Amino acid sequence: MNLLKLLDTMCPDTNSPEEKDMFFSRREAFRQFGDLSKKVAMAAVPLGVLTALPKVAKADTESLIGVLNYALTLEHLEYRYYQTGVESGVIEGADLNIFTKIRDHELAHVNFLTEVIGNVLGGMPVVEPEFDFTAGGNFAPFMDYPTFLALAQAFEDTGVRAYKGQAGNVMESDVVLTAALSIHSVEARHASMVRRLRTKKGQDTVKGWITNGSIGSLPAATQAIYAGEENVSHGGVDVTALTGIDAAAVSEGWDEPLSKDQVLGIASLFLA
Amino acid sequence: MKNELIKPKGLVTNTNRRNFLKFGTMSVAGAGLLLMGCNDDDDMMPPMSEGVNLGSGDIGILNYAYALEQLEAAFYATVLTGGYFANANAEEKTIMGDLEKHERAHREFFKAALGSAAIADLEVDFSSIDFNSRTSVLAAAKTFEDLGVAAYNGAGQFIENVDYLVIAGKIVSVEARHAAAIRDLINPGSDDFAGDDLIDANGLERTLNFTDVLTAASTYVKTPIDFSQLPS
Repeated sequence: MNLLKLLDTMCPDTNSPEEKDMFFSRREAFRQFGDLSKKVAMAAVPLGVLTALPKVAKADTESLIGVLNYALTLEHLEYRYYQTGVESGVIEGADLNIFTKIRDHELAHVNFLTEVIGNVLGGMPVVEPEFDFTAGGNFAPFMDYPTFLALAQAFEDTGVRAYKGQAGNVMESDVVLTAALSIHSVEARHASMVRRLRTKKGQDTVKGWITNGSIGSLPAATQAIYAGEENVSHGGVDVTALTGIDAAAVSEGWDEPLSKDQVLGIASLFLA
Repeated sequence: MKNELIKPKGLVTNTNRRNFLKFGTMSVAGAGLLLMGCNDDDDMMPPMSEGVNLGSGDIGILNYAYALEQLEAAFYATVLTGGYFANANAEEKTIMGDLEKHERAHREFFKAALGSAAIADLEVDFSSIDFNSRTSVLAAAKTFEDLGVAAYNGAGQFIENVDYLVIAGKIVSVEARHAAAIRDLINPGSDDFAGDDLIDANGLERTLNFTDVLTAASTYVKTPIDFSQLPS
């Protein structure tokens, strides 16, 4: 299954008439609620961050739903990966608390995004795709712990770049932007922990932060995840030239975004 | 004496934000950071003899980030001169060395990006930190890194220019990577790297507003910071 196609089903242009009706009726339902803040007050789950923020969304709801379904797809992938890993017994006992915690966060993200898409924005949350974490028989993450850790790092670093890449697409909604940022930094914490864990175990020499565009000892297939991370210029300022700090350290100090197409290209390796 | 940030609720919604500093209260301001309003005063604001004004709009937010990066950079620079670092193991030396470079790079970046709009150098006060003590240094590092993440996460919604927003996004995830590493140094192998003290049941990390962040930072900064013109 192709992820892009999956997400296209969210777009009314390509839907069947029946689905279109559902889409627009939901949108209509959303309009009737008037604005996001009113709807939030009616949401079933405690959405603290939404109710706590003062401003209401002025962004195009349809576009927000598209972005959040993209994020939800990635969260489905991460949750299923860790849940399968925890159940499989591949994780060393001493590390189980780490991956249980990460699994719990990914599940919380799935539930949160599902709730926001479905009950706040009035859209249709994307269903969980079927994943193939062997990537066509190339990896055995649930039989080999180093492979499990390597793919975990790949997914977390991808997640950080994916959320960052959407900041501009959700910035018209203060609520959604803030929620996305609050997930983004959690993914970055996960990434740092998994990267350092791999190095502690002697499987790699990576640090918690990404040096240049290095994949370390990850499989070559992960190159696209780190492409561009070597950047040292931001807002027209070459920070290496400015500071005299080595390029490796400067590259570590800024994480780079990835576009939706880039991320889906990476994620599609793991779709059944 | 510990600095106090006083920002009366509703002040920033007053129509005349530029002229809110009332220097008749400077005797009180001498005790620390003080913000008072005088929305009925249309006179030009006198120049601040001490202290910095972050400014308004995106410039104000960038100066806010610059202030925090100044604090972090100064902290790690001091760490590298202390007894903890001298006796740290190889991994911790590498981490502290990296963090010093990253934060210095962030600081210099903001200074260059802001140009003439950049605030002056802040005077820091690390007297509450024992730089010979691993426990003290790591606890302070945890405070700074977690605070930085929450500050960027809270400020993002006020940034108008998408390029600035993305740059802030590029930095905040690195601060989060730092925070996770520091927390793991303090409590190795635990789930503190993304602890329940910061992350709620929806899996969302805490955000802090300008007042919360600058109040927390004021323990370590002597220079009064006027953030009254920041967006709200």
